[in-house]
Amino acid sequence: MKRIAAVVPAYNEEKAIAAVVADINSAPLPAGYSITAVVVNDCSKDSTSEVISKLNCIALNLPINLGIGGAVQTGFKYAFENGFDFAIQIDGDGQHPASEIRKLVNHAIEHNYDVVIGSRFISKEGFQSSALRRFGINYFKWLNRFLVGVTITDSTSGFRLINRKVLEVVNDYYPDEYPEPEAIILYSLNHFKTGEVQVQMKERQGGVSSIGAFSSIYYMFKVSLAIFYTFIRIKFKK
Amino acid sequence: MAKIQIIAIATSLLFLLYIVRLIIKGKLREEYSIVWIVCTVVLILFSFWRDGLEIMANLLGVYEAPNLIFTGAIFAIFIYLLHLSVVVSKLQSQNKQLAQDIAMLKEKMEKKS
Repeated sequence: MKRIAAVVPAYNEEKAIAAVVADINSAPLPAGYSITAVVVNDCSKDSTSEVISKLNCIALNLPINLGIGGAVQTGFKYAFENGFDFAIQIDGDGQHPASEIRKLVNHAIEHNYDVVIGSRFISKEGFQSSALRRFGINYFKWLNRFLVGVTITDSTSGFRLINRKVLEVVNDYYPDEYPEPEAIILYSLNHFKTGEVQVQMKERQGGVSSIGAFSSIYYMFKVSLAIFYTFIRIKFKK
Repeated sequence: MAKIQIIAIATSLLFLLYIVRLIIKGKLREEYSIVWIVCTVVLILFSFWRDGLEIMANLLGVYEAPNLIFTGAIFAIFIYLLHLSVVVSKLQSQNKQLAQDIAMLKEKMEKKS
């Protein structure tokens, strides 16, 4: 039996989180796979912690707010220490339908990938996100191709599956703020095979995006810098 | 001894005393106090040795002696600020580590009870 940890970072998601966990627990999976929801409550100000304590999931309550990267890493650490074979990141706002988990797992098995990213943009289906966000995504696509030679069409997608080899790396280091594009560079430079599969995403059911309109410029700048530093750090370590 | 010299020496000594008091009370760690003590010693030195500034400026080829103070002081402040940023970054990463461990330990405890 292969065990998958569904890591759900949650910040002020009292309304959406119950449905997300129920969705994960009833997700169809390939034969021989089981899934456990690991909800990481990033010191929410609402009643998220009470809500998740009653759900059928592992509830990790952070004593201080760490931001999305720190929260996700907490889930990865839990998965690594408790011997899970895979971890899949699923946002707490209901954007990532659990019915698509199977697609990611199958894709990883078929192509022997270490990392599989659920993409909205391989073929254009489902919720497509705003124009500004799409511009950012294109920019990161170009940057990734330039730096590590991998083409990832949806580098800001948080819907991604990683195996135990990758868990071992992210247990030590995972980016803090806006971790998704930087993590791709981290994976590629550690020679993990990264693939993408088309998934359908929904518009968020509740909560707000970790990226506001005002901080978009800051986001691009900060992530570019972070990607650049990660690139230098790993390249010159060898 | 000029009036300003006495004021400068007194101020520097008071400052030094205050730093020592902070260390004794445990409010300032020794490693961060070193830079402050060195600064104060330099201040006291130049308070006594009035021609010192002029001589140092000539030695380094600075035409206006006061400019040497500004250049030196601003440079020292930049270095120290950078040092503080490094300290804060380290604290932040340790903080994160602690928070994550606490979250996992709490979960383990609740499972047992």
